[in-house]
Amino acid sequence: MKIRKNIAISDSGFLFNPSTGDSFSINPIGHEIVQMIQNEKSEIEIIDALTADYAIDKNTVEKDLYDFINMLKTHKLIE
Amino acid sequence: MSKPKYTIAVTGLNAIDSPGPGIAVIRALKEAESFDVRIIGLSYESLEPGIYMHDLVDKTYQVPYPSAGQQVLFERFQYINSIENLDFLFPNFDAELFNFITLSKRLEEELGIKSVLPTQEQFDARHKVNLFEYGKEHGIKVPFAKMVYGMNEIPAIANEIGFPLVVKGKFYDAKIAYSSDEAMKHFNKISAEWGLPVLVQEFVHGSEVNVCGIGDGNGVLLGAVPMRKLYITDKGKAWAGVSLDDENLLKVTRDLVAATKWRGPFELEFMKTNEDEYYLIEINPRFPAWCYLTVGVGQNQIEKLVNLGMGNDVEPFDTYEVGKMFIRYSYDMIVNMSEFEQISTIGEL
Repeated sequence: MKIRKNIAISDSGFLFNPSTGDSFSINPIGHEIVQMIQNEKSEIEIIDALTADYAIDKNTVEKDLYDFINMLKTHKLIE
Repeated sequence: MSKPKYTIAVTGLNAIDSPGPGIAVIRALKEAESFDVRIIGLSYESLEPGIYMHDLVDKTYQVPYPSAGQQVLFERFQYINSIENLDFLFPNFDAELFNFITLSKRLEEELGIKSVLPTQEQFDARHKVNLFEYGKEHGIKVPFAKMVYGMNEIPAIANEIGFPLVVKGKFYDAKIAYSSDEAMKHFNKISAEWGLPVLVQEFVHGSEVNVCGIGDGNGVLLGAVPMRKLYITDKGKAWAGVSLDDENLLKVTRDLVAATKWRGPFELEFMKTNEDEYYLIEINPRFPAWCYLTVGVGQNQIEKLVNLGMGNDVEPFDTYEVGKMFIRYSYDMIVNMSEFEQISTIGEL
C-alpha cells in the first residue's frame, strides 16, 4: 500500500491529485494515517499506533481504517 | 533588440456568462514577450463587453454576421484594413470559421492579413456529425454516434446504443436521455433550435477532461495543456478549472495532431473512464474561453500561434505548471451612453 507518487500533501492535510484535478481536506487523524502510509507502515502497524495513542478499541480502529483506505482507493490516491 | 509591433484583429469579445474566447486571447497577446500589439476588436453586437474594455481593446469595428456572406465580410475587412493595416486575424467563434477559412488566402494575398486556421477539410471532418468516422480513420476512440433526421429513427438507434444516450445539436447543446420518450423530447427541442441532423451518441461514463493546444499543420504539437473543470455553469461552461498532470492524455493529443496534421488552435474534449481510457467527445477548432490558463501555466499558446503565422521561429513548449487554477468572475463596467451610441450607429469605437 503506497500513496501514489504524484499526490501532493500539504502540512494542513490538503491532498491534491494532479492526474484528476481532485482535491481533498482530511482531518488530523486522516492526515496521521496518510503520513504513516507514506512512511510505509503496514495496516497492523497503523492500527497498533492509533490504539496506543487514542482511547479507542482495536475493532473500531480497524473498521474505520479499512473504510478510510477504501476511500483512498476509490479516489485513486493509493496504489 | 526592439520588438515588432503587430496589429491584431480579434473576435469573440462577448465576455458574458457563457464567454467567447476573445478577451482571454487579448490578455495573452498583451502579455506576449516577443512582440507588442495593437488590438482591434471585431464585434457582432453592440453590447459585447470587450468593445468597452479600452485597456485591452484599442479600437473596435462591427463586422457583418456570417450569414451576410463572404463578399460583404471581405469588403468590411478592406475598409478596416485601410485604416488599421492589420497583420494578423484571430477568429474565435465556430460559426464564423467557415467564412474566415475560405477567405484566409484572399485576406493574406490581397490585404496582407495572416491567420493560422485549420484547413477546410480538417474543419469539416472534425465536425461532431463526422467525428465518429474521423476517430475511426485516425485511431482515436470516439463514442459511437448516429445522425438522426426524424424522431421515428430514435427507438431503433436506442436499441443499438442502449441507455443512457446523449442527444446533441449540430452546433450546440447536449442532453442525456434515459428512455426513448425522453430522447424524442430532446430531439424535438434541439432540432427546433439548431436544425437537422441531430446526433444520438453513446453515453460514456467518466469525468470530462479538456486540452487546449496548437498544431503546426505538419503533425507537430506546439503546445498542450490538459485541464479539468472544477465548477461549471448551468450551460456546462467552466467557471473554474485546474491544470492536470496527465501524460497519457498528452500522448493521445500528440498522436491526434500527428495523425491529422491539425493546423491552428484547438480544444479537445474527452471523457476519461474509470479504466483510464479516453474517448474524444468534441474538437473545437479554436482556442477555448479558458485559454488564458495556458499563459498562467507557462505556455503562452496565443503568442506562439501569432509567431507561427508571422513566419517566426517556433519551438514546441515542453513543460507547464501542474495544479494551477483559473477562476472566472463577472464584473460590471459603467459605460457612457455616447459610447454605446457610437458603436451602434457608426459601427466603430
